[in-house]
Amino acid sequence: MFTPKGAVLAGSLLLAVVADASMAETPHLGKPIDEAAIANWDISVMPDGAGLPKGSGTPAQGAPIFAEKCSACHGDNGKGGIAAAVVSDARIDGISAAQKTIKNFIGNSTTIFDFIRRAMPFQAPRSLSDDEVYALTAYILAENKLIGANDVMNAETLPKVKMPNRDNFIIRFPDRI
Amino acid sequence: MARFTDRDMRGKNSEAVGGNGLIDRRALLGRGVVFAGAMSTGIGQSSAAAAAEPLVDDPWSLEFGDPMLPYQVPSKFEAKVVRTLSNPNHEPRNSHARTPHHLLQGTTTPNGLHFSINHGGVPDIDPDKHRLVIHGLVKQPLEFTLETLSRYPMTSRITFLECGGNSAPLFSPQPLQENVQALHGLVSCAEWTGVRLSTLLEETGIDPRAKWLIAEGADSPHLSRSVPVKKALDDAMIVLYQNGERLMPGNGYPMRLLLPGYEGNMNVKFLRRIKLVEEPAMSYYEARTYSQILPGGKAYRFYFVQEVKSFITSPSHGMALKGPGLYEISGIAYSGTGRIEKVMVSADGGASWAQAALQEPVLSKAFTRFRMPWRWDGGPATLQSRAWDEAGNVQPTRAEFVAVRGELTKPPPVLAFPNQHYNSITSWGVGSNGEVKHVYA
Repeated sequence: MFTPKGAVLAGSLLLAVVADASMAETPHLGKPIDEAAIANWDISVMPDGAGLPKGSGTPAQGAPIFAEKCSACHGDNGKGGIAAAVVSDARIDGISAAQKTIKNFIGNSTTIFDFIRRAMPFQAPRSLSDDEVYALTAYILAENKLIGANDVMNAETLPKVKMPNRDNFIIRFPDRI
Repeated sequence: MARFTDRDMRGKNSEAVGGNGLIDRRALLGRGVVFAGAMSTGIGQSSAAAAAEPLVDDPWSLEFGDPMLPYQVPSKFEAKVVRTLSNPNHEPRNSHARTPHHLLQGTTTPNGLHFSINHGGVPDIDPDKHRLVIHGLVKQPLEFTLETLSRYPMTSRITFLECGGNSAPLFSPQPLQENVQALHGLVSCAEWTGVRLSTLLEETGIDPRAKWLIAEGADSPHLSRSVPVKKALDDAMIVLYQNGERLMPGNGYPMRLLLPGYEGNMNVKFLRRIKLVEEPAMSYYEARTYSQILPGGKAYRFYFVQEVKSFITSPSHGMALKGPGLYEISGIAYSGTGRIEKVMVSADGGASWAQAALQEPVLSKAFTRFRMPWRWDGGPATLQSRAWDEAGNVQPTRAEFVAVRGELTKPPPVLAFPNQHYNSITSWGVGSNGEVKHVYA
């Protein structure tokens, strides 16, 4: 344990110290590692933009990358193929999950960057540069008319993109959080 | 399915407790010997009618048998007891394998039959090179190997795992004519052994600002989910063993997160990283896939809990009863909020109910097998089960469920996940010809 609780209690309550010590008696076999060594694995991007890397991209830069690396599954211009459409104006009518799109459902723009960077292209994940991920994110957002055709996406601008469905979620069991 | 002759059930012992042939379970308890002799004969109504043929030795009784295998596999006669695969040709998309509940008994899912969903294939992980790092809002980030984790105090827990999308075909407006494996095959139950996550977090220390952790796998999608620290400190485990042996590759080898009672996708497999953070990451699977659209257009987020559910595994869709007589209705009940308190069974579509026997031990967040004796009179019957858990939650009727969660406007493909967290009653219709079909009642 990192807390000095046991030491604080030591003078007054021997029993408590014993109980605390037995709880804390673990093998301590984890090897200390600093964040720099974890950096290559630390690919989580938070809704406020924390975790977004340096770099940037525009819709124009993203278009040819999408055509080369994404359209085989997601269709020309992201309209859908063997994988889901990433560009769509479809609205939600009824409860079918098949209707979910980036525009009508995803609540945070950072989710798009995070998922492309960690999981795409499907058969070559982690092969895109951060600039390419920004460019693809910009392209998808622009094709969905969620940003302008000339907007630059980077660590500053991406978290500020407002997703249309962001306020339509209900936390099912708040007491479990 | 188990079948009995009704010779002993005629007369005073046939104590009806529910409509359409449900019999007091206590009337059967302790009388197993009587029934055992008549089980599964496949013969007609009366065992006495089966003319006895002279017994002979079969070939296997007259020759030296087969060699044993280092790792034994089921009899070739059990070749049909397998998982169904959604993507048998390994196309570049996700894959599901469903548990054949209609062919199993008891409460433990054999490892080879445990359900599995993988979003980027099954990674071929060298356990000696696998690492788990815990970092973020901790006092000291730490890296663990499988070898070091194996030296930690172990704990074992029997618990079910269920995909949030299990039973989703029942969102269909008409009952899909599919069996219990297709409808409910994305839940299984095993004994999991590993290290409490709280033990490891005690070693890293937790910054008080940390309210969530992001769990991430070493698979190609680097699947990640946000989990409340509250759950991590309650009963979460890093599991290394499944029913006594190392995890199956499709179930997360060499280590996975186990969150008893929480939707399967959160129990991140191939676990390689845990990052403590203040807010959830809103990763793809929580932001999109496992948020559920509700009637009216809003959506649930962070559903987490697999709520109380039960279904009858025998008799069930696709089976055929071989003539009137005594049968055992048998099924599975479970709840992500604790122990099963009771299971009621109906043979008349919910008009009357009788309490089923629960197989001990009844464990929290684990499969509980229920059984109910039933004398089928050869007429139409609608079989249902309904479970209650110790927290007071009750499995909803389909009408109650649909009133809140809605249903689809047209039948979905059976392999689709048109919505999630479906837990209402499943109904099996028995026709006068003995055929069992999926119905709504």
